[in-house]
Amino acid sequence: MNFFTEIKEAVIISLNSIRANKVRSFLATLGIVIGIMTVTILQTAIEGINTAFEKSISAVGADVLYIQKFEWFGKDDWDVYRNRRDITWQDYELFSENMNNAESICPTVGSAGLVTYQDFTSENIPVFGTTEEYQKTLGLDVDEGRFFTKRESDGGWGVCVIGYDIKDSFFQGVDPIGKVIQVNGHNFKIIGTYEKMGSMLGLFSLDNRIIIPINKFFKIFGTRRSLTINVKAPTVEALEDTKEEVRSVMKRARRIPIGGKDDFGVNQQEAFKQTYESLTGLIKTIGTAITLLSLIVGSIGIANIMFVSVKERTKEIGIRKAIGAKRVTIMLQFLIEAVTICVVGGIVGLMIAFPLSLVINAVLLPTVMPLWVVVLALVISAFAGIVAGFFPALSASKLDPVDALRYE
Amino acid sequence: MEEIIKTKDIVKLYVMGTEELYALKGVSMTIHKNEYVAIMGPSGSGKSTLMNIIGCLDTPTSGAYDLNGQNVSEMDDNELATVRNKEIGFVFQTFNLLPRSNALHNVELPLIYSGISRSIRIEMAEQALLNVGLQDRMTHKPNELSGGQRQRVAIARALVNNPSIILADEPTGNLDSKTGDEIMELFDNLHSLGNTIILVTHEDFIAEHAHRVIKLRDGLIETDKVTDKGLKYQNKAVVTA
Repeated sequence: MNFFTEIKEAVIISLNSIRANKVRSFLATLGIVIGIMTVTILQTAIEGINTAFEKSISAVGADVLYIQKFEWFGKDDWDVYRNRRDITWQDYELFSENMNNAESICPTVGSAGLVTYQDFTSENIPVFGTTEEYQKTLGLDVDEGRFFTKRESDGGWGVCVIGYDIKDSFFQGVDPIGKVIQVNGHNFKIIGTYEKMGSMLGLFSLDNRIIIPINKFFKIFGTRRSLTINVKAPTVEALEDTKEEVRSVMKRARRIPIGGKDDFGVNQQEAFKQTYESLTGLIKTIGTAITLLSLIVGSIGIANIMFVSVKERTKEIGIRKAIGAKRVTIMLQFLIEAVTICVVGGIVGLMIAFPLSLVINAVLLPTVMPLWVVVLALVISAFAGIVAGFFPALSASKLDPVDALRYE
Repeated sequence: MEEIIKTKDIVKLYVMGTEELYALKGVSMTIHKNEYVAIMGPSGSGKSTLMNIIGCLDTPTSGAYDLNGQNVSEMDDNELATVRNKEIGFVFQTFNLLPRSNALHNVELPLIYSGISRSIRIEMAEQALLNVGLQDRMTHKPNELSGGQRQRVAIARALVNNPSIILADEPTGNLDSKTGDEIMELFDNLHSLGNTIILVTHEDFIAEHAHRVIKLRDGLIETDKVTDKGLKYQNKAVVTA
């Protein structure tokens, strides 16, 4: 018998039988629907978070080391880091004099300031002090105008570079270059703006910052703030070597004896990635467990209903066998029926998951539904159907035609 | 005439727990092409068992059975399924149609299992339904048909694959006498067209339609006689020859 005809016939039979037992089929497939829904929503969420993460993480350069009092995702208590000595301007100077294999180095220090332009005032604007090396070290893209020079930085001139949000809220439609704003009452001439960067993991914006020469920052906010020293490695591959050098040079700058414990952190993008991966790994594990569980429960439901279906249709099986259906044909018929129920369940699950993922995208987390998730969901549901249908189909195929025909 | 069915010493033993029951104790018979045979006997005589074996639904415990030149007594399940599909057309007392499929699809079913392509299948099924006078009922489901019509669909299904034998088990048992007569006329007609027909029945007036009656009792052939109708037919055949 032609295999394609056989499959086609089996699909028609199973669709008819599903149609004839709508409520039963619906209840039987509920587990599969829930399972597929979970796996789909989970995957779209993970995909969405991944995409968002990749976008955000690019703000933290892959080839940049951040020397700070704190360690990102450090394992010690907060106190341990807080009680460390601040990283000072002297540390920075000693460090940068002795650091040989760095592409570029810049210090940064930040605070929140009160910003005024004409009648507009805004509180708690992040103000960062740095040197002319900032642009090269951290890869800032200047949109209009320019970044400040070494002369302006060393001299502590009243110039600044502003982010997209500042430009947008203070200078709607007006060219901000050359305009003067006040930060905590001090005048700053805007000499440049930088490209929109978005937000960090959706938590805080990177576009509402004002960047000023560090010497001016010290005059306004004082020098009692711990600095971050940003070090750009020559290449991403050289990052680990650079890190070694950074540690030893920094130790000497801070006069820590050889073998002594670091009292500073050397942070890098990797730390974010590791933490992120362990977090999504956890979500994946929990999600996979829930999915597996509901698919197992779903499969048991389908298997159960298939056993009932085989029992109910004993006579039909007898008729088909009397007319010439082989064992494998009967087996295939019931297997395909189970697969069809499961795939229909999977499709329903997907149809529920898709709008739900859009809702989640709007209110909670970014979600993305790529095609492979859809394909995966359907493959999983077909597989569940084969597993669930196997034994009922086998028992149907083994029925004795004489007994089956006599069954009422 | 060509031998279609040839059985030799067919024994069927059922073992239920410690009890052994011989349903057939050695049945030997030969049926030729275009014969019209009734197998009769009271319940428990073994006629259902014999019918199942002749119909290749079951295999004998011992003995040989040749169907159209093939030794079917030692075939496995799959080979038997193929033989049932190609060589045997069943007509049952309870019609045994698929309830959710329409008449055409029911008749098409044996052709699906023989792997015949769709267009040819439909053509053949339509012809078979036409032959039993149901050309207007092709898209009706069994529950939309009368008993007689259902049995006609079943007969069309039995005929569609051009089987070697038509095996009818109490074909009028669920029909009123008028409809039963019509069905029997249909069988007579099919016989005159050259088909080999085996009726399994316990009703004498049904057996009267046949040309030969084999009576079973306690698992053995009691009598095997040519009926009056059979004699007339033979004489006619001699006269016309």
